[in-house]
Amino acid sequence: MRREAPQKLSDYGPLVFPAGMLIVFFVVPFATMIAVSFFKRDPAGFYSADFVFDNYARFLSLFFGKVLGFSLFLAIAVAICCVVLAVPFTYLLSRAGRHAQVLWLVALLSVLSLSEVIIGFAWSTLFSRTAGITNILVALGILKEAVALNPSFGAVLTAMVYQALPYTVLVLYPALVRLDPTLTEAARTLGASPVKAFFTVVVPALRNTIVATLIMVFIFALGSYLLPQILGRPQHWTLSVLITDQAIYQSNMPFAAAMAVFLVLVTLGLVALTVYAGRKGEAA
Amino acid sequence: MSGLTLQNVTKQFGTFTAVRNVQLTVPHGTFVCLLGPSGCGKTTLMRMVAGLDLPTSGEIRLDDRDITHVPTHKRDLGMVFQSLALFPHLTVGENIAYSLRIRGIGKEEQKKRVDELLSMIHLTGYADRPVAKLSGGQRQRVAIARALAISPKLFLLDEPLSALDAKLREAMQVELRQLQQRLGITTIVVTHDQREAMTMADTVVVMNGGEIRQAAPPVEIYRRPADTFVADFIGMTNLIDFSADASGASVLGSPITGLAIPPGLKAGVLSVRPEDVHLAAPGNGSITGKVTFIRDLGGTIETFVEAGGRQVVAVSMPNARPDVSVGQEVGLNLNPADCVVLKS
Repeated sequence: MRREAPQKLSDYGPLVFPAGMLIVFFVVPFATMIAVSFFKRDPAGFYSADFVFDNYARFLSLFFGKVLGFSLFLAIAVAICCVVLAVPFTYLLSRAGRHAQVLWLVALLSVLSLSEVIIGFAWSTLFSRTAGITNILVALGILKEAVALNPSFGAVLTAMVYQALPYTVLVLYPALVRLDPTLTEAARTLGASPVKAFFTVVVPALRNTIVATLIMVFIFALGSYLLPQILGRPQHWTLSVLITDQAIYQSNMPFAAAMAVFLVLVTLGLVALTVYAGRKGEAA
Repeated sequence: MSGLTLQNVTKQFGTFTAVRNVQLTVPHGTFVCLLGPSGCGKTTLMRMVAGLDLPTSGEIRLDDRDITHVPTHKRDLGMVFQSLALFPHLTVGENIAYSLRIRGIGKEEQKKRVDELLSMIHLTGYADRPVAKLSGGQRQRVAIARALAISPKLFLLDEPLSALDAKLREAMQVELRQLQQRLGITTIVVTHDQREAMTMADTVVVMNGGEIRQAAPPVEIYRRPADTFVADFIGMTNLIDFSADASGASVLGSPITGLAIPPGLKAGVLSVRPEDVHLAAPGNGSITGKVTFIRDLGGTIETFVEAGGRQVVAVSMPNARPDVSVGQEVGLNLNPADCVVLKS
């Protein structure tokens, strides 16, 4: 449907409320954070207005570089795991009967209603030695004795994938439902097995959706700071954990702000790179 | 026998029977149209031939091999879908080469075959275009070329021309038929357009309610319909009740002689094509009626006549324009050889 461009100033009326909300709750706090990142820390009190680069300079160290690297790596791993699991799952879901679809979607939505804390402690119980899933494996005779699976990188990754998967499915679902089912049928008549048809037709046809979903899950996972603390060792802590630590426990607001700004910049850079690569791939 | 054979093929969806006990033989190299109103089971029948749906019972044989349970991708067929189902992420050339790529055929050979097919569909030089940039007719041709890339044993088309406008559709019908004859490929087309079926097919299979009502060459379907459904569905016809006894038959209140009525049949229906209803001066016809409406289409003239409480339509060519006007009495003559006797 084609709509006419707004003609008069009053045509922009409906935008006033969302624009106001965005300014008050996003632009102003973000600008404040950028400003604070250049402030000088006052060890005795809080901070004083200034314009120094100390906070950014302190960040450029091997330690923080490693944490930043790990945070990005974790977020990318979560994004890839989620998409690899969710694309086939959502494809099958979109081809399933109506009842099955509703049931699965309700189940996924109920996972969304769980808070990060509950997810964290639920998985820490499941991964524990005394009450965890390894006890089932022992009962089945696969393992000799129960072991603790956390704290570990695997535990962090599992819980974060669990948390992000419903979002992934819900983002992919509309695109997969809209995908013409005769495309895969056509591929099958042309000699592709169902699995081959999925990889040569469904996945490439959904390329843009899949890239967008990867970016969404990546950003979502980058903000996680509870699960790495509950299920990981200190080396599995993300930059978000350090930011919280600086801001709340060390009362170093300028440094926390500088790290947050840096994280935002790196994220934007990566997203831009992905979009650019996607464009180039399309042109080729 | 080489070709396609369907034996007692039945398909049920829950309690609904979409296709009932179908028997059909398609000899190698022939062109068959499955024709019928929507919901008659023709598409389901084709999907079973393609392997996209499994028959509930019955057997499908291709070149004497039972393929009932062979998965679609191992059947070596080409199919054109109603939606065409061209792959939006691939170019014209990549779409056509898809079946070759899947079979692991070399790049060089792929390119050669794509060029061959593109020249066959008169789209030489279009290989690198995205499919979204093509017109409806061009997409249609690309879908046909893609289906024919591997020289399949069986060429299936599901309402292939329904998305095209009327003029283009007529032209494509002729083109498709010529292509099929040149390649000598066994072809099945699903359509609800009888004109399309008459233009292209060696054999027209008329379906209704999941059953085959008649399978015969187009002209025979038209001249000798097997039942009232076929007579009414194919072209225009007059279905006129008749009654018969030992002394003879009567139609519209007048006696008629020379009809080949099976012994014992007391009443039935005559199917008479409008062009076989001959108008005459009042008193000169075996039946007398009154003109109620004249539809002059330029190419043909349809005269609506009320006789014996029924409406009968007569079609004449402009060079034999009937000298009648609305409200006038006319005589009607039926040649018994043109009347098909059917059970009511």
